[in-house]
Amino acid sequence: MHPAVSVIFFTVSSGAGFGLIFLLGLGFPVGGGAGRAFLVSLAGGGLAVAGLLASTFHLGHPERAWRALSQWRSSWLSREGIAAILTLCLFGIYALVWMWTGARPALLGALASLGALVTVFTTAMIYAQLKTVPQWKTPLTPAVYLSFALASGWLLASALGDRAGAETGGIALVLLAWALKAAWWVRAGRTRLSDVGSSPETATGLGFIGRVRLLERPHSGENYLTREMVHVIGRKHARSLRRLALLLGAAVPVAILIVVALTGAPAPVNLLAALSMLLGLLAERWLFFAEAEHAVSLYYGNR
Amino acid sequence: MNQTSGAQGTADGGIRKTTCYMCACRCGIDVHLKDGKVHYIEGNRDHPINKGVLCAKGSAGIMQHYSPARLRKPLLRTGERGSGEFKEIEWDEALGLATTWLGEVRRTDPRKLAFFTGRDQSQSMTGWWAQQYGTPNYAAHGGFCSVNMAAAGIYTMGGAFWEFGAPDWDRTELFMIFGVAEDHDSNPIKIGLGKLKARGVKVIGVNPVRTGYNAIADEWLGITPGTDGLLILALAHELLRTGRIDVDYLIRYTNAPWLVIDNPDGADHGLFARGEDGTPLVAHRATGEIASSATPGIKPALKGTFGLPDGRQATPVFELLAGKYLDPAYAPAAVAERTGIAADTIIRIATEIAEAAFEREVIVEQPWTDMKGERHARMIGRPVAFHAMRGISAHSNGFQTARALHLLQILVGSIDCPGGFRFKPPYPRPVAGQPRPHGGACADTALAGPHLGYPRGPEDLLLEADGETAQRIDKAFSWDAPLSAHGLMHMVISNAHARDPYGIDVLFLYMANMAWNSSMNSTSVMQMLTDKDESGNYVIPKIIYSDAYSSEMVAFADLILPDTTYLERHDCISLLDRPISEPGAMCDSIRWPVVEPDRDVRGFQSVLLDLGARLKLPGMTDAEGKPVYADYADYMVNHQRKPGIGPLSGWRGTDGSKTGRGEPNPDQLQRYVDNGGFSEAHVPAEALYFKHANRAWSDWAIAQGLQDGPVENIFQLYLEPLRKFQLAARGKIKPAAPEHHQSRIAACFDPLPCWYPPFLEDGLDEDAFPLHAITQRPAAMYHSWGSQNAWLRQIHGENALYVPGAVCDRAGLEDGDWALLTSPSGEIRAPVRRMDAVNGSTVWTWNAIGKRSGAWALDTDAPEATRGFLLNHLIDELLPPKGDGRRWANSDPITGQAAWFDLRVSIRKDPDQSGGESLPRAKPQKNPVGAAPSTVSHGRERAQ
Amino acid sequence: MTSLPATTEKRLGLVIDLDTCVGCHACAVNCKEWNSGAQASPLSDVDAYGADPSGAWLNRIHTFEVTPADAPAQIVHFPKSCLHCDDAPCVTVCPTGASHKRSEDGIVLVNEDMCIGCGLCAWACPYGAREMDPVENVMKKCTLCVDRIYSETLAQEDRIPACVRTCPSSARHFGDFNDPESNVSVLVAARGGIELMPEMGTKPVNRYLPPRPKTKAAPRPDPARPAASACAATPKAEGFLGWLDAALDRLG
Repeated sequence: MHPAVSVIFFTVSSGAGFGLIFLLGLGFPVGGGAGRAFLVSLAGGGLAVAGLLASTFHLGHPERAWRALSQWRSSWLSREGIAAILTLCLFGIYALVWMWTGARPALLGALASLGALVTVFTTAMIYAQLKTVPQWKTPLTPAVYLSFALASGWLLASALGDRAGAETGGIALVLLAWALKAAWWVRAGRTRLSDVGSSPETATGLGFIGRVRLLERPHSGENYLTREMVHVIGRKHARSLRRLALLLGAAVPVAILIVVALTGAPAPVNLLAALSMLLGLLAERWLFFAEAEHAVSLYYGNR
Repeated sequence: MNQTSGAQGTADGGIRKTTCYMCACRCGIDVHLKDGKVHYIEGNRDHPINKGVLCAKGSAGIMQHYSPARLRKPLLRTGERGSGEFKEIEWDEALGLATTWLGEVRRTDPRKLAFFTGRDQSQSMTGWWAQQYGTPNYAAHGGFCSVNMAAAGIYTMGGAFWEFGAPDWDRTELFMIFGVAEDHDSNPIKIGLGKLKARGVKVIGVNPVRTGYNAIADEWLGITPGTDGLLILALAHELLRTGRIDVDYLIRYTNAPWLVIDNPDGADHGLFARGEDGTPLVAHRATGEIASSATPGIKPALKGTFGLPDGRQATPVFELLAGKYLDPAYAPAAVAERTGIAADTIIRIATEIAEAAFEREVIVEQPWTDMKGERHARMIGRPVAFHAMRGISAHSNGFQTARALHLLQILVGSIDCPGGFRFKPPYPRPVAGQPRPHGGACADTALAGPHLGYPRGPEDLLLEADGETAQRIDKAFSWDAPLSAHGLMHMVISNAHARDPYGIDVLFLYMANMAWNSSMNSTSVMQMLTDKDESGNYVIPKIIYSDAYSSEMVAFADLILPDTTYLERHDCISLLDRPISEPGAMCDSIRWPVVEPDRDVRGFQSVLLDLGARLKLPGMTDAEGKPVYADYADYMVNHQRKPGIGPLSGWRGTDGSKTGRGEPNPDQLQRYVDNGGFSEAHVPAEALYFKHANRAWSDWAIAQGLQDGPVENIFQLYLEPLRKFQLAARGKIKPAAPEHHQSRIAACFDPLPCWYPPFLEDGLDEDAFPLHAITQRPAAMYHSWGSQNAWLRQIHGENALYVPGAVCDRAGLEDGDWALLTSPSGEIRAPVRRMDAVNGSTVWTWNAIGKRSGAWALDTDAPEATRGFLLNHLIDELLPPKGDGRRWANSDPITGQAAWFDLRVSIRKDPDQSGGESLPRAKPQKNPVGAAPSTVSHGRERAQ
Repeated sequence: MTSLPATTEKRLGLVIDLDTCVGCHACAVNCKEWNSGAQASPLSDVDAYGADPSGAWLNRIHTFEVTPADAPAQIVHFPKSCLHCDDAPCVTVCPTGASHKRSEDGIVLVNEDMCIGCGLCAWACPYGAREMDPVENVMKKCTLCVDRIYSETLAQEDRIPACVRTCPSSARHFGDFNDPESNVSVLVAARGGIELMPEMGTKPVNRYLPPRPKTKAAPRPDPARPAASACAATPKAEGFLGWLDAALDRLG
């Protein structure tokens, strides 16, 4: 699949944002007055909104994006839009109440938290529903999205909030998320199109004659389908990106968290861990798309 | 006639019916207009050719019509030749200049004009113009393309494959195709294949490459290029050996019984024994008595030796034929290795041919009378049909190979019978009904007859008084290529450049991309066009070119006369030319301007008539010196080649009531328009088959003006004109062939079809050039035109070299690698793609995809120019030197057909895989028509 | 509404005969031509005369090489357009309701005015049947020429998809798969029409007729076997010219 920058940024950024919202809604401790409340809420809401805005750059007609709210009965994308908006509304009210009154209404917070969870889940389900990409079609996909959202949200929260010893939880969540991702990667490596029984032979129905190989593409140049769904990535390139993702997304944040935990460095230092993790997640997400094999590629020379 | 409406709707809307020009198929099209713009083109359901269907090219006609490469105004060269630098001039200046150049030549030495047309569909008009002008140097592009097949067919049976005949799709029981391409008769062939598939009839494809028609063939013979003749003669061997031939057919319709003189030292050795009136003689089977072959009811002998009244000995053709092909040299086992086809397979296919022909014979309950007056109760068909095209034609043994295929058809009796191969009117038209070639050139004088024709023997060659020097610049009808019935366009530039046999002053080309894909050895042709002599003048001093589009050739011309697109013009698909007839109907058609040009361009034929009038050419100016024809439309209606016979056959006579023959009808074009752009006159039921020997056909053809009187058409298994050339090569008859031609004529001009290896293989180091290299025609692209087409160029924007898997493995080549392909005369760099469905010693690519940067209004970095490539750079118009001090043409020795399928190459991986560009690359030409738009949103106005 | 109808009255679709398709691209180009003017917006092309031309097409012709274990490789030309699946995943993923499957005839359509160009439907389709228009930025797909087949102005015989009407070799057939008597149902039954990628569970309506078996090299016929020819018997010991005598005698 084509790794579109807008979608990569959207999933990473909104994941972190909704992760933070989830934690704030559940009452993650944040000291200080309205200013801190505003800042932290802005971070959660802002990342989520920035991600959603980025995703509209992926649309051919962003001005019609409101139409995407209509098909919640069948469409995960529609559900995601609704969930995101509802969650942001709930969280917005929650944040306003918080800033105005200093109190954090627990029920409203819990609802926002639930919304954030649902939103990230629906985002993941957009991908996990696709039979055409067997590497995505697994409960591990929402698990990974949710755990990354939670982990990156936690790192942000631990930097902006005031929870003592948040670093330990951060380390645990980061490691959990990457453990899930490792499982996802292992599965993906074993769930290529050929592993699920799709091949040029089934794509063409010609397997009863013999081995099927693309001789000529329909057109000599690229087209929408080849650009969008027949992305080919070099193995070397993929390996080094994976290393980069692990380094920035796991090793560096964990190291920072450990240092902060051991040295008692001020919590905002955790922001470095969060930023590193987000960079690592950009690489992870790039690979999520670039390494995914779409069934259409079987018509374009993939085996 | 079909009565349909040709023009519906309003002045700028509705449907207008005209004729496609996206390839040589010439289908009927319904052009849908909206607000004066073309918005949809579909096939005309009533049209005899395509019956409503339309191919990719035809459907992309809109993009051709609105191409950004369209020339806009006459151009005069300002930069060096080849640069593409021009200034726009007015038509008056352009025509004045052309008239000056052409007038000077005509007054002094008309030979100094060489006028050649490429994908011209008005050859009867352009040829007539050249004849009136008086230059001997005229032809279209058939010599490059098809003449082996056309000439072999006409000489053998009075008709040919290509689009001049067709299988009896509805009745055949076995269909075998040899090297059939996709650019002539393509929709009829596809329609026909669909019919065969629906009936479950077996199709056998003989082609080194298994794409297109061969992909759906039920059996594929991946033959080694240039060996089709061997395969065919091995099939003949098998049919003869097993006695599965139609002896009755041979006696009735062929020269099998004719007696051939056996007089080894005489000037008549191998000629037909003839009676006093010139009629060939046969021997009574029972008595051995010698009689005229025309004797009604005679039962002639097919074997034996007979004494002629004058004491000479003679043998029937058939015995010579049987002796020749029963020779073990033609046995399947003997040809298997060379052809790449297993002996078992050849034997089995011979059996299948025989079974279809003789065990599944088709009977049409239609009585008919043959030319000897015998009445037949029914029409009995041998339902085996063959079709062939360039695959066998474009070889140096192509004439004899095409003859061999006709021999095979005739042996099983499947020419123009139910289920067999059928002639399309005006064919059959045997040599007896064809003109001889005409040459000569006197100042200010028209030629005595048409340029192109069919020599009956050496006496008809166009030679200077020395009996050797060619009269024509292309050396057609000379010892180089005696039966070059279509001329030799591919030799014009190199001969003119070499001033051999003489230099020319004006080269006048129409729709012929000679500076690129329509020449062998494009690189050196570009050099020849730009070469200057010692005084700094171009060796070819003046070049006038007419085309509708900014092709590669445009850049090399001095004066450009911009033509219209096919939707803006009058045209005439004439029975005098290459008509659109179907076997059951005599058809012709027109193009008419369904939209007006939005540029300062004029239809070439109208321009030619204008030039003719300015030059005061006979037939184009009246007694007062005024133009006879206002334009081409006027010519189409009012020109008469013979009294009552004009370019169009429909609605003749002053009231439009006559077909074929009749006075000009001023309303004729409107009648064509009203009928959907074509005329269709159905052949009477009694004349539908056996046209070569059918009285009803003869009567009908005469009535329609297709022929002037009865023409005898006996199939020439044994071709006497070739024998005459052999005698000339032995000095037995005059003019005698020059010494250096003698051995080649003796070997190749066999009066019975023969096979000899392609000339390029003679002396070739097989290890150095182990592979064959050929092109195939993509179904969605016609020559070089398609690259300016926004839709078609998406399909074929670049080409790859398809290489057999085993060859890839040996050379270490993988998909996408750059390979160097080397021939005895050149080297190219091309991207490789692996393929197994191909003859194991053959590499191939799509034809004419590579383009010169800057041509066709494409961006200079278009993939056609950067990655696309041509094989043409590897093909020389001459063979490598053989040490005899001469350079022989890389052509068929009989017709001169360019032998571009003889190409031999070697392949290796380019050690330098960097740089994604094919080689050679010509320096970019300037684009004289302005930049193309980047986005195409066809139909927007309609959608809104 | 992007939920799928449980059943549709008709199941209109195409049968594509791979034994007959010569890969000429006629259907693809005529489709482009018709639908560029027939839909709500054109099928656009970008960089049309440049280095990387591409555009929106609703039908594309692939070329596959198929290699049997015991015979030479063969070529199959393979046209591909929307298969109008019964269980069309492209429909259910659509967030706006632009993509829908009609309950009356099963045609899968996109309402361009509602399409936000998110591309998810193209992701959901295993066949590559949907293409984003590079200028209009809405999803384009085969409509089975819905404006032709229900046209009241076209002649009755022209009320078929443009690709079917233009196909020179009659390799494309259009009809109602719900009607067991229809041409498409009969062809599918007779020739064993196949479904593409059944493992995707899309239940495509369109079917492909597989290439018929190719001739394989037959054992060498017995040269002594008399030809069962209506015309002549095989030459025997007296050789070909002896056979000729007999053949001529039979002619009389």
